[in-house]
Amino acid sequence: MRTRREGVLAWAPFVVLILLAIIYIAPFLVQIVNSFRPDADVAREPLSLGIGSWTAAAYERLFTRSDFPLWTMNSFIVTLCVTVGRVFFVSLAGYSLARIPFRGRGTVYALLIAVMAVPGVVLLIPKFLVINQVGIYDSYAGMIIPLLADAAGVFIMKNFFESIPVAIEEQARIDGAGVFRTFWSIVLPMSQPAVMTIVILSFQGSWNELSHFIVSAQSTDLTTLTKGVAQLASGQLSQGSQFPIKLAAALLMTIPVAVVFFIFQKRIMNVSAGAVKE
Amino acid sequence: MAGLRSRGSIHGNRTVAGWLFVAPVIVIIGLFVLVPVVMAAWVSMSDWSGIGPPFAEGVNFVGADNYADLLGGTGLATRDLGTALRNNLYYVLLVVPIQTAVALGLAILVNRRVMRARGFFRTAFYFPSVTSSVAIVVLWLFLFNATGPVNKVLSWVAIDGPNWFKDPRGIFHIVLGAFGVTGQDNPLSGARFLGITGWDWVSGPSVAMTAFILMAVFTTSGTFMLLFIAGLQQINAEVEEAAMTDGANGWQRFRYVTLPMLKPMVFTVVTLGLIGTWQVFDQIYTGTQGGPAKTTLTPAYLSFNAAFNNHDWPRGAAMAFILFAIIVVLTVLQRLWIGRTEVGR
Repeated sequence: MRTRREGVLAWAPFVVLILLAIIYIAPFLVQIVNSFRPDADVAREPLSLGIGSWTAAAYERLFTRSDFPLWTMNSFIVTLCVTVGRVFFVSLAGYSLARIPFRGRGTVYALLIAVMAVPGVVLLIPKFLVINQVGIYDSYAGMIIPLLADAAGVFIMKNFFESIPVAIEEQARIDGAGVFRTFWSIVLPMSQPAVMTIVILSFQGSWNELSHFIVSAQSTDLTTLTKGVAQLASGQLSQGSQFPIKLAAALLMTIPVAVVFFIFQKRIMNVSAGAVKE
Repeated sequence: MAGLRSRGSIHGNRTVAGWLFVAPVIVIIGLFVLVPVVMAAWVSMSDWSGIGPPFAEGVNFVGADNYADLLGGTGLATRDLGTALRNNLYYVLLVVPIQTAVALGLAILVNRRVMRARGFFRTAFYFPSVTSSVAIVVLWLFLFNATGPVNKVLSWVAIDGPNWFKDPRGIFHIVLGAFGVTGQDNPLSGARFLGITGWDWVSGPSVAMTAFILMAVFTTSGTFMLLFIAGLQQINAEVEEAAMTDGANGWQRFRYVTLPMLKPMVFTVVTLGLIGTWQVFDQIYTGTQGGPAKTTLTPAYLSFNAAFNNHDWPRGAAMAFILFAIIVVLTVLQRLWIGRTEVGR
């Protein structure tokens, strides 16, 4: 009797985990299934599989009779520019703070800490005011440039650079390499795991960004996926509930971040596992 | 760079290189964080109409008038701010403890040493955190619609689910109503704070807001779970084993060994939670625009709406600063509290 109870107790956490996993995964499965069903069926029977009535009409409409392709293109343009730019600027600044004992470093450090404490939502109105004053409102520049710097990213890079032995850089300096050369061709290639972290964070951050794009642009040509799908959700583009098309749009916009997450997560794990083995 | 190396002292070169390297980040942050904060502080104390530059002639300094109107008035603006603060307060009070507890629970379950498929569960719980808030809101509007999957599941256990995102009733009001307590002839209905009656302050989150609360737990518990897993892995296995040989059972080990050692991480998660939950914007913009009956209005959305839709920039900026003050005060209070408990030990 006693052993049986212990057996049950040992399995209980696993059963709880499986139930929780179902709760976390089921919404996405329901989303996928219903995006492939006719509007009327979804409204009537949201949890039925209705094998006979599968349709790709929602996807067809998104791709052929909506601005969805344009939104996707804009999201890719902005996200790629932000990610590339941010990796470069953030690692430059991180290297400077980690390795170059320049005058004023303490001030810069304190400033970055203070900036991290400013809640983003508070900046919506003022950011619009500045973007407008600078003359980059309603342009890719206005959507991209303010996102290029990220204080948290600077600290991630700084911490990583500090973990690299200084001896390697000193050798390069003796060989006559300048500060930028040392950074660019010696330190940065060694920092792949940290760079990957920045890539993931900024890709995810700018792909999922909504409020900044609302305040930095207004023309339909510059609508990103987040803005476009948000408009779709609030019903500005359709009559009735139109759940399949909304679910399909939300599903499609999730795919790139999911792909980036899975690919790079694996790579980061490989890099650190490799480092441990050596 | 080669040129820099050959000229001047080594020290001077380093300073130039150091500043050159941080320059892009400093310029961008200065221009799009520091300057905006100063500019908005000015706008919040001016009568700028939104036309022309805010520093132009003809824009007057009005001191704290905008703030006084918002906080001390009796008009619609004060009522809206009071409503938004109430809504967000309930959101914070429910989301922060629940997401912390859920994240901790998930971390402990996933981190068990005898666990199989640990990676699968970690990914499953973390995945909602990766997706954009817009995509999740779209999914949520579907899941919680009147004839949606959630109500379908509830109907299996004979519960008649509400029309979630259209239902403005406060959940505390619903519970009180079941005991016959209503707003009529209620002593609380007389007193007002920020234009809102006492009875309305105790409404609890509306049914619509409750759906957003569930969503917040769903999307953030994975992130915080990762933090807790990192914290759990710091705990020495020997400490756990020592407790086990001393005859401590599972709950005792959790309560007297694991939890005290996780305390710093719990504080981190609560602080991050407090800061994040006062900034609810994307969900409201995408999902409800403050409805039904303003019960999902939040200060962040209200501030945005005042400026961008009603073109009342000074009021919008003032509300943003009030929100900023709330977040700063809470963070400082929490730091002080941690400081005190550390000293007390």
